[in-house]
Amino acid sequence: MAESEILLSVKDLHAHYGESHVLHGMSFDVPKGEVVTLLGRNGVGKTTTMRCIMGIAGKRTGSVKYSGTETIHLSSNRIARLGLAYCPEERGIFSSLSVKENMVLPPVIKPGGLSLDEVYELFPRLLERGSSQGTKLSGGEQQMLAIARILRTGADMLLLDEPTEGLAPVIVSHIGDIIRTLREKGFTILLVEQNFHFAATVADRHYVVEHGQVIDMIPNESLAANMDKLKSYLGV
Amino acid sequence: MMTILGIPTQALFGQLLLGLINGAFYAMLSLGLALIFGLLNIINFSHGALYMMGAFVAWLALNFLGLGYWPALIVAPLVVALVGIIIERTMLCRLYKLDHLYGLLLTFGLALIIEGLFREGYGVSGQPYSVPKELAGGWNLGFMFLPIYRGWVVVASLVLCLGTWYAIEKTKLGAYLRAGTENPTLVQAFGINVPLMITLTYGFGVALAAIAGVLAAPIYQVSPKMGSDLIIVVFAVVVIGGMGSILGSIVTGYMLGLVEGLTKVFYPEAASTVIFMVMVVVLLIKPAGLFGKGA
Repeated sequence: MAESEILLSVKDLHAHYGESHVLHGMSFDVPKGEVVTLLGRNGVGKTTTMRCIMGIAGKRTGSVKYSGTETIHLSSNRIARLGLAYCPEERGIFSSLSVKENMVLPPVIKPGGLSLDEVYELFPRLLERGSSQGTKLSGGEQQMLAIARILRTGADMLLLDEPTEGLAPVIVSHIGDIIRTLREKGFTILLVEQNFHFAATVADRHYVVEHGQVIDMIPNESLAANMDKLKSYLGV
Repeated sequence: MMTILGIPTQALFGQLLLGLINGAFYAMLSLGLALIFGLLNIINFSHGALYMMGAFVAWLALNFLGLGYWPALIVAPLVVALVGIIIERTMLCRLYKLDHLYGLLLTFGLALIIEGLFREGYGVSGQPYSVPKELAGGWNLGFMFLPIYRGWVVVASLVLCLGTWYAIEKTKLGAYLRAGTENPTLVQAFGINVPLMITLTYGFGVALAAIAGVLAAPIYQVSPKMGSDLIIVVFAVVVIGGMGSILGSIVTGYMLGLVEGLTKVFYPEAASTVIFMVMVVVLLIKPAGLFGKGA
């Protein structure tokens, strides 16, 4: 991976929730400009890894470097201001805020993000529903909103936690289009997925996670050759 | 003499005005409590003591520094907000992850300590604080006599309450606050300094109580127990309005003040308990309060 600059580097990351030890030395790199997935079964620590990177998990040790800056001891607001933006699995749409208010809630941390007009170009539906209460949107629209609102902050890297979960196929394929568009616009994306068929359509590389560790890395171009191995990892 | 339902209008409107005044104080205090509960998850029992402290700061400023009523309206909330910020940073911030009960017990203890300190220093008898000369006197409205100062208190509290409501519901800062009340972790992960926001919210909530204290000083006497007399009723107001509801606390505050005033006219014996009767009925029918969500 020497040819491309590493934007996010996770080394020997451990995490605890109370008594339980959830991550057991996660290590992986995310090169700048790539879409990288964490694949794995339920409960192997993919979401916890995301939360650790954002600084919102319980106790964490090890090293998470973003653009060369060690973030393991930083609070989550400081981490966000380095240029990371987070779209949680539960989407985190605020019910006491309108769609428009949800959209502009994340503060702009530095120049270079999409303008509001560009965001609405990608998600025209959200403009129409601007004055609705955030949680009155359909599941797919809420997912769009959760992605849309982190595009205008100037963050360079997006953490998307299972953006396709529970959505209809037509919406899943729309989200695929969006992710490819965002990659072309220069965003670096870390994606948590259980659906590797979807992951294969958007990603440059896949890290396979099991028991709180990365056990394999498969570049997307050799995914077909490794399909049997991947299926045995994921138990499908 | 004019009468309505057999009651002289002077008496009726006089009591309604008294009710409105009381309601103004209920609204200002329960608004602060609602804000604090929403974001901090703390039932701030020391709110009454900090209201009393606001009145005392005004009284002390007048008697020892020669600062009059108008400067006190600025200085007292600032001083009390500072005290509140120190309380939040040194004590409350350790309790956020625990059950509400711990915050309630801590702030209850603080209320007793603060009240005790002022009682030790100034005794239990009230200290007089005169109405500022700009607001002395009254207007005869024909159907009733309106002391100007009381009119001012009602208007000032309405402006404060509606201003706060507007800031929370209609501004960017308010959107942060509402979002932070729902999901502080995510708001912080967007890059907002939530701990700072919490501290300032507590400061603002208790500053509202302190302003109420200064407004109250010329009406009631400045006494160490003025807070504890009021806070029990204010908690009933908060429960009726719905814990944490901003609009609920304002509307319920004024409404219950008026209910209390009307009760004084028609059945004075029940005046001091009517709010609690309403509370019982509301809790039985709508446990989350009139403006509360869920349940």
